[in-house]
This record gives sequence, C-alpha cells and structure tokens, in this order.
Amino acid sequence: MQPFTYQRVDSLARARAALLEDPRAQMIAGGTTLLDLMKAGVERPAAVIDINALPLAAIDVTPQHVRIGALARNSDVADDPTIVREFPVLVQALAAGASGQLRNMATVGGNLLQRTRCTYFRDNVSRCNKREPGSGCDARAGVSRGHAVLGTSESCIATHASDMAVALAALDATVIVMRADGEVRLTLDQFYRLPEERPERETVLERGDVIVAVELAPAPLYRRSHYLKLRDRASYEFALVSAGASLEIGHDGTITRSRLALGGVGTVPWRAQDAERVLDGGQAGPELFRRAADAAFTGAVTTPYNAFKVELAKRAIVRVLETLAASAS
Amino acid sequence: MRYSLRINGSVHEVDLVPETTLLDALREHAGLTGTKKGCDRGQCGACTVLVNGRRVLSCLTLALMHGDDDVTTIEGVAGDGRLHPLQQAFVEHDAFQCGFCTSGQIMSALGLLAEGRTLDPETIRERMSGNICRCGAYPNIVDAIGAVAERSA
Repeated sequence: MQPFTYQRVDSLARARAALLEDPRAQMIAGGTTLLDLMKAGVERPAAVIDINALPLAAIDVTPQHVRIGALARNSDVADDPTIVREFPVLVQALAAGASGQLRNMATVGGNLLQRTRCTYFRDNVSRCNKREPGSGCDARAGVSRGHAVLGTSESCIATHASDMAVALAALDATVIVMRADGEVRLTLDQFYRLPEERPERETVLERGDVIVAVELAPAPLYRRSHYLKLRDRASYEFALVSAGASLEIGHDGTITRSRLALGGVGTVPWRAQDAERVLDGGQAGPELFRRAADAAFTGAVTTPYNAFKVELAKRAIVRVLETLAASAS
Repeated sequence: MRYSLRINGSVHEVDLVPETTLLDALREHAGLTGTKKGCDRGQCGACTVLVNGRRVLSCLTLALMHGDDDVTTIEGVAGDGRLHPLQQAFVEHDAFQCGFCTSGQIMSALGLLAEGRTLDPETIRERMSGNICRCGAYPNIVDAIGAVAERSA
C-alpha cells in the first residue's frame, strides 16, 4: 500500500469536512473492499477517514420502518429478528455473501459501494475505463465469463458484485444519504448509475456525501421473499447469476404484486421491471414464470463467454418464483 | 507513531505507520507469529483473529482502527499450559496436516461457536467456508468443530 494519512472522525460533520478538504481522501468502514484494492494499487487514497466511531451502526425498528444504520455489520443485519421475520430475501442474500469473517466486518453502506470483481479492473495493468477513465476496456474482447449482460455499454461490462443490494432492490429499499443541505432519500435505481460513457461514476453520490442508513418498510409482499444464488462453488464465491424476488399472491393464485431483482448479470443491481409487469395480474405457475424470465432478458447483450448466463438466470428466476408460489403466504 | 494494542489481555506498545494492517502489527510488531499471512487479500482465512470476540480477517483491517478493541490471537487461546478444548479436538480428530491454516481455522471456529448456532456438519461447512485448507483436511476439521459444539450444546 502506498502511504496515506489516517484520521478517525467522531462526527458526521467532521467526516464530510475531511472528505471535502482533500479530493484524494476516502472513508473506511469495514475496509474489506478498500484495503484489498489498496493492496492491489487500484485504490490510492492520500487520506483515509475512519468513520467507525460514528453512531451509525444501530438497527432501529418502528412499526412503519426498519432503519439499518450504514455501519451495521452484514452479520448483525442477517441476525436481526425483525429482519429475519420481515425480509427473508435480505437475510438469505447476506448469508450467501462472502464468509463469516467478512460478514462481521463489512458494513451495509460499504456493501452498497463495493467495487466490481472484474479482473481487468482489479489487475491494475489492463485497460479499464472504470479504473482509468478513457483508457479503454479489455474485458469486452477478453475473458468475460463473469461479466454483465444487462446495462452494459461500449465502455464497460463489469458486473456489480453485491448480493445484499439485489435483495434490497427486491424490497424497495431507500438509501439515505447525508449531503450539505440535509438528508437525501434514494431508491436503488436512483442511487446507482449505469456505466454508459462514464463507468467510473457508479452512484449519484457527490464528494462529501455519506450514506447514513438504508430504510425498509415491512409489508406482506416482502415477507414472502426469497434469494437464490448460483456460483462455481457452493460457498464463499461471487454469483454467476442470482435472483431475489418478493411475491404477493391472491387466494385464486393471481399475482397481485411482485418485485424481481437480479445479480451477476447487471452492471448495477438489476431490478427486472419488465418481468414484474408480466407477473402482475397473471396466474402463478411455470408458464407465467418462464414468460417473466424471458422478459427480463429481452435487452441482453452477451459475449461468447457469458451468453450462458441468460438461460442460467432465467432458470434461477423460475426456480425462485416457484419456491415462493409453493411457500405458505 | 507509538501506539498501544490490547492483545490477549496484555497491552503491547508498538511503532506503526497508518498502512500497517492488524495482521502485520501482530506478526511484525507484537511478535505474535501464530497468526498466519496466507493470501493477505481476504481470500484464505489464515489470518483470522477475534476482535471483541468476533472473528475477522486481520489482513483487511488497519491496526490503527483497533486501539479501543480487545484482540485475541491463537496465542491467547490455551490456558495454564492446557490446550483449549477446540485445540485438543483438532489434535484428536487429526484436523490438520501442514498446519499453516490451523490457527486461522481455530480462531474462526471459536468465533463460530460464539455465534450461538446449532452446528450440524452442513452448517459448519457453510460457516467455515472462509477458511481454506490446501491440504484438504476439511472432513476432520468439521468433525473437530462438531465434537466441541456437541459437548458445549
């Protein structure tokens, strides 16, 4: 790691000030992405601002909302009894991510901001528009088995790696960001940016912004939710494809509301609204589920290496929806 | 910069730069080399220690972030010349060959046992997946942890 200064801040105002003071300053929370990439030379902050002393680790439950502090550890979120009861998809996604040690370290805010596993981004040698804007993309003509098929651009096909964010997308989560003029509330679709011509800009966060919480609103829809992750080994591996869904089904088997989000296939955590439109009002069953899965991938752009993901993800979607349809409401 | 770390109940005065990881502080500055450096990138689990009783990877955290914490390493596990039951179980179940991953396996398993789950073999395998054993001693590692979990259940 190249040398940097270290500062532990005890207030949000000081964190924001430190970030605004030095354009090469970065926050550290769990550190599991940042330090890894600093060792690789991909991240080179001149100043590291430790925000772990900020009072942002609590999970606050009221009848209307569950507010998860940005510094809540992934393991604490997955073990919270209210979250276990109300948001199964989130608990399953967290349990499927990383390892026991990493889940004890990684925070909710950091998980949202984790960087891609694209090897061309991480090797610090290849051309990568995300790492060095304008340098080109070696992934497009490279070994792209792990790369995205939805939301890609000429500049970037890197996959967003988070399982947690996929679950949050299936739960209509709100990301709460502290900005100079107060709190901003964003859906995940508003929070993340597609790569387009600027893949180095992954979110709408501005310099000095700090994620303070993620908010969820309990509802019957989310209680019937499920996450399925498919990968090259059974545990401790990133997704090839994953699907998280929430379903509300009437007594006559009609789907009244649905949420479907996909991981491993998108440049951002991918909310499959085209598929939801097929599901809503339809009769739950394999035929409808397959049509919804097809709708999710009408815009897919594949490479010879990752074309298999389309069929794999469709089958994952069908399986998740079948699991939910078979579960007691 | 002079800095103090609380490790295995003792305060260690160490001279650190900001980029010193907790792993390097333990090995190179506090002289506690039981914690192993495998990949140094959060992929193998060999550097697992407990911070305030919870298992973490010491390679992916800065020493300076832990001035207020209690760090437990493999050197702090045995008591009064007697092996910890988990260490004894690793011996009895032949749960290691070369031994390089073993301190990380034991620290991770200690953290797992403290997490209070029912530990059937499948759960142990899943929850221990962050600890790689290149010798492939996995079946015996699972047996050793399972035996201790059963006794303390």
